Amino acid sequence: MKLIVAVIRPDRLNEVLEALYRAEVRGLTVTRVLGHGGETDRVETYRGTTVKMELQEKVRIEIGVSEPFVDATVRAILSGAHTGEVGDGKVFVLDVGQVHRIRTGERDENAVTPRPLTEV
Amino acid sequence: MTLPLLLALQDAQPSVVPADTAWMLVSTALVLLMTPALAFFYGGLVRSKNSLNTMMMSFAALGVVGVLWALLAYSLAFAEGNAWIGGTDNALLAGVGTEAKGTLPHVLFMAYQGTFAIITAALISGAIVERMRFGPYLAFIVLWTLFVYAPVAHWVWGGGWLMTRGVLDFAGGTVVHINAGVSALVAALVLGTRKDYSRQAILPHNVPFVLLGAGLLWFGWFGFNGGSALAANELAALAFTNTFLAPMATLVVWVLLDYFRTGRATAVGGATGIVVGLVAVTPAAGFIGPTSALLLGAIAAFPSYFTIVARSRTRLDDSLDVFAGHGIGGLTGALLTGVFASKVWNPAGNDGLLAGNPGQLATQALGVAAAIIYSALATFVILKLLGLVTALRAAPRAEGLGMDVTQHGEEAYSTGEGSILVMPDTSATAMPARALTPQAAS
Repeated sequence: MKLIVAVIRPDRLNEVLEALYRAEVRGLTVTRVLGHGGETDRVETYRGTTVKMELQEKVRIEIGVSEPFVDATVRAILSGAHTGEVGDGKVFVLDVGQVHRIRTGERDENAVTPRPLTEV
Repeated sequence: MTLPLLLALQDAQPSVVPADTAWMLVSTALVLLMTPALAFFYGGLVRSKNSLNTMMMSFAALGVVGVLWALLAYSLAFAEGNAWIGGTDNALLAGVGTEAKGTLPHVLFMAYQGTFAIITAALISGAIVERMRFGPYLAFIVLWTLFVYAPVAHWVWGGGWLMTRGVLDFAGGTVVHINAGVSALVAALVLGTRKDYSRQAILPHNVPFVLLGAGLLWFGWFGFNGGSALAANELAALAFTNTFLAPMATLVVWVLLDYFRTGRATAVGGATGIVVGLVAVTPAAGFIGPTSALLLGAIAAFPSYFTIVARSRTRLDDSLDVFAGHGIGGLTGALLTGVFASKVWNPAGNDGLLAGNPGQLATQALGVAAAIIYSALATFVILKLLGLVTALRAAPRAEGLGMDVTQHGEEAYSTGEGSILVMPDTSATAMPARALTPQAAS
């Protein structure tokens, strides 16, 4: 049971969602965030004022998955978010202490989507 | 403008009529406003990351096409020439002074016609938004104005062959709308689909902008159609009133179609219905009576509505449905002009099918066919030649990031968060600051 946190480019979100769907990973949270991964600054100009946009728009995805799905989820994110240029983002895999599904009160492996294949 | 009207203008003893001049001064400003209005209409329909680029495609036409019009295109459209194209007598505005052209100062006639050239080029942009690079777009509208707009305007209004054959096009159903609509279709095919097209939902980012644009277009259109009488007279009043009535009927029918098909009346649909009604009444405005205008407006909703429904299920990414709105709307209007036209309303015009002259419908069809064939071929050739010199499309990466940032280095809705002010006098950068606030800029 892991929490997978990924920070990706907003314009790759659709590809990542498609890849996750194909990997049969269901249930995730998406947040719009600001950040940068050392990519070249984007320069913009407004009325003679030149600014570097150091913080870029990124999207953060959080997914709680059962152990058998960890690799599949990470692979889906890597394939969907990859462009090969600086700023593609990161994937973090974190250990999780407890998980509770609010609707049913199930906990841990039973509470994350999807359940382990053996139980299906 | 009809042949007899134009001949009358040319034969009359040249003298400027103040009342006509006053109305045409206002009309010219009204039509010019339609291009910024179009920028809002189109700008609201695209995603926020492409909104500035889309609006700039219209605004840029105000500059590029306007200058070109004065330098050369006006002469090619309206100077004396042959049946196919005007001469260069008025190039660089030579011979365009305050002397009378018809009952207007010649400079005003030139400016009025220039506003039409500008919006016609800008109309095409709706088919290729969110993917065409800005530089090649500018080159395209320059070439298109010279090689497509100017000749077709000459055919219909400048004494060319369609005018001689009696095609009725009061304010530009053929010259402006069919011409732009067909070119848009070809441009969409040559450019190809947006990378996200039919893979993910592409939604309008600001529907109030779309309504604002439609409202301002309608306002400006009173100058477009009412001004095409080139005088402050009964004909102007008729065209004005028809421009008032026809879009109302289209709006009602469009909303009802929405209700019957989806159960809800959409705002984007309402705005589109208004524009389609305006397009359809454009060729007919000065030739048909007001009740015919209501009928024409109502009928015109159907073909455009169902073209949009069908188009969105295909791989044809005419992104903002320029072909359905202007191509099909213009076609419907041009043909219905041949149905409803009546000499009772405009003795200088002609009778249509309902007044016992079915031949006019055939004449209208000839005008439509000529515009479709020429404009499709010429647009295709221009884009293919441009494509040999430079890439027409932005790279997929740039398309994903958005055309505002990649083409213009600006964002429509930037908060300024995360931006660092670049000091103008040194290469050093200041502390991270909110660059758009006055403190940071000082």
